[in-house]
Amino acid sequence: MAQRVKRGPDSKGRFGPYGGQYVPETVMYALAELEMSYRKLKKDKSFLAELRGYLSDYVGRPSPLYFAERFTAYLKGPKVYFKREDLNHTGAHKINNTVGQILLAKHMGKKRIIAETGAGQHGLATATVCARFGMECIIYMGAVDIKRQASNVEKMKLLGAKVVTVESGSKTLKDATSQAMRDWVTNIRSTFYIIGSVVGPHPYPMLVRDFQSIIGKETKRQCQKKFRRLPDAIIACVGGGSNAIGIFDSFINEKSVKLIGVEAAGHGLNSGQHAATLSKGKPGVLHGSYSYLVYDNDGQIILPHSISAGLDYPGVGPEHSALSDTGQVKYFSATDKQALAAFELVSKLEGIIPALETSHALAYLIAHKKEFKARQNVVVCLSGRGDKDMPIFFEKEKA
Amino acid sequence: MNRIRTYLNQIKKQKLLIPFITAGYPDSSTTLNLIKAAIDSGCDMIEIGFPFSDPLADGAEVQFSSYHALKNGMTLARTLRIAEQVRKTSDVPLILMGYYNPVLSYGENQFMKDATAAGVDGLIIPDLPVSEASDYMRNAIKHDISTIFLAAPTTDKNSLKQIDKSCSDFVYAVTVTGVTGGGKVFGRDTDNYLKELGQALNKKFVAGFGISSPETARRFCKYSDGVVIGSKLISLIRSAKSKSQGVRDAARFLSSVRRAI
Ligand SMILES: Cc1ncc(COP(=O)(O)O)c(C=O)c1O
Repeated sequence: MAQRVKRGPDSKGRFGPYGGQYVPETVMYALAELEMSYRKLKKDKSFLAELRGYLSDYVGRPSPLYFAERFTAYLKGPKVYFKREDLNHTGAHKINNTVGQILLAKHMGKKRIIAETGAGQHGLATATVCARFGMECIIYMGAVDIKRQASNVEKMKLLGAKVVTVESGSKTLKDATSQAMRDWVTNIRSTFYIIGSVVGPHPYPMLVRDFQSIIGKETKRQCQKKFRRLPDAIIACVGGGSNAIGIFDSFINEKSVKLIGVEAAGHGLNSGQHAATLSKGKPGVLHGSYSYLVYDNDGQIILPHSISAGLDYPGVGPEHSALSDTGQVKYFSATDKQALAAFELVSKLEGIIPALETSHALAYLIAHKKEFKARQNVVVCLSGRGDKDMPIFFEKEKA
Repeated sequence: MNRIRTYLNQIKKQKLLIPFITAGYPDSSTTLNLIKAAIDSGCDMIEIGFPFSDPLADGAEVQFSSYHALKNGMTLARTLRIAEQVRKTSDVPLILMGYYNPVLSYGENQFMKDATAAGVDGLIIPDLPVSEASDYMRNAIKHDISTIFLAAPTTDKNSLKQIDKSCSDFVYAVTVTGVTGGGKVFGRDTDNYLKELGQALNKKFVAGFGISSPETARRFCKYSDGVVIGSKLISLIRSAKSKSQGVRDAARFLSSVRRAI
């Protein structure tokens, strides 16, 4: 029986033992300032009304809960519903968070925005809100990701963002995040750092979760309307873990709902080339928090691998680490190959091209369909659309 | 007694010159030569950097040296072997500096124990602020390791008091908001900041991050008890024709700073 832990973070920014603020001293004051502003605004009716307004009229919320009839028929398993975050403005869940954070930045009087991005979806969502609010925008992105997610790079540029290529280390999300943090340390007084997932130092894992929790709130309502009860299971992909925590949030204390997070197994869990942090990592410190992490015997971070840029990260949000330890959420993984197959299958069956990140969640369900009964209802968080991944798919198909 | 404490008790007005040297860059034997040359050039203490794959408080130079050190197979355990070698021939206070994950991975208590045995006197972990360091400080006291925390221009009064209290012997003041590395232009605000810091702190403090000339070192030593110089040394080694020339260039530079402060 899974333990039920009190929802974090505690007063020290911890989810159980995980989280905290492992950052250079220079940044500490900015974290305190951010937490204070957030705690105040969170209770401010006009701020919340403003946020709701943008979520409905600009993002297009609520996003539908869609019954995937042909996918369900194909699986011959449970009834499958997609929570359509791909239909949000800019095509992924990421914008729920960037709208929230840009409003925070505005209220805090910050004019310069920075962000890291892997798949480019968070970079795009940040560039979008920066255009909308007339703020300077600098996006850090690894050289490998700039190549594999080129369409998003073009969009960010069109929106007026400066995209900085990161050539160090992995040339992917890990080093883009390090470089964004270096910028932040340097320009700390003028700059607001919009972190793209439930990672980083406290209060980021909390506030990104809160901004993404709209996904779960809507899902709960929509399930009642569609099938008059709670879903039996919810499946989401986990990179840093923001779409997953966003949809899980309303269900964490619902014992009847099985919560499943799916990480990227890359070439396989035992290949040494994966990004399956919770399956294969151990607790450590990177990018400001204590959480599961993939590193070697000397404490050096091991370069992750995933075909999906948004999951290609060696860490995971601290709340997921806590939820994994207590067993409240079960974490599994899907390989590059399984994700590509799911990408194609769902495109052909439903006329919905899912992001490669999302395809990992779909791949889990395909592989584990026998574990569900026909009368059960399963919700998959369709975290984003896959247009950005078309070149990768066709390149793989040629090879 | 801890060598840092002994040393600080001995010297009166002398300003501290502390070089930062990455273990394993350009290679282990050059690291040892560099440390010897630094001692001969009049450095008071030596800061040895143990490399990390993701040095997020560091600029281009330390990123470069860390990357190469790791490629050369440098580890935290091997960094302790370097300290041991230095200790065979010198009583110079030795400080290790590096990120928290290698220390966590080694085991905090075991690491402090082995570090003391290897002759290490102090420790700087730039991604471990005082508020996260209670276990760390307990272990450090147990093994007589001097804890050195960073203070920044953005640190508020209360936090500064905590930092002052939590540093065993001296505080490390970051000159500007930013990462390590050369090419920084220091305005009057840095002078003002360091001057105020001197008045606010009970402990001694050294200034570091981006100090790359004897003039700047002298300027900051008007307020501080010394300076740390790191990235500049890496640049000198990187641009030298040979490793031995790099050691000579670094030594000459450190001597010029010694004369200036
Ligand atoms: C569509 C999509 N889903 C999922 C992710 C993974 O992030 P997270 O785990 O924070 O939801 C990304 C990240 O880029 C993404 O673009």
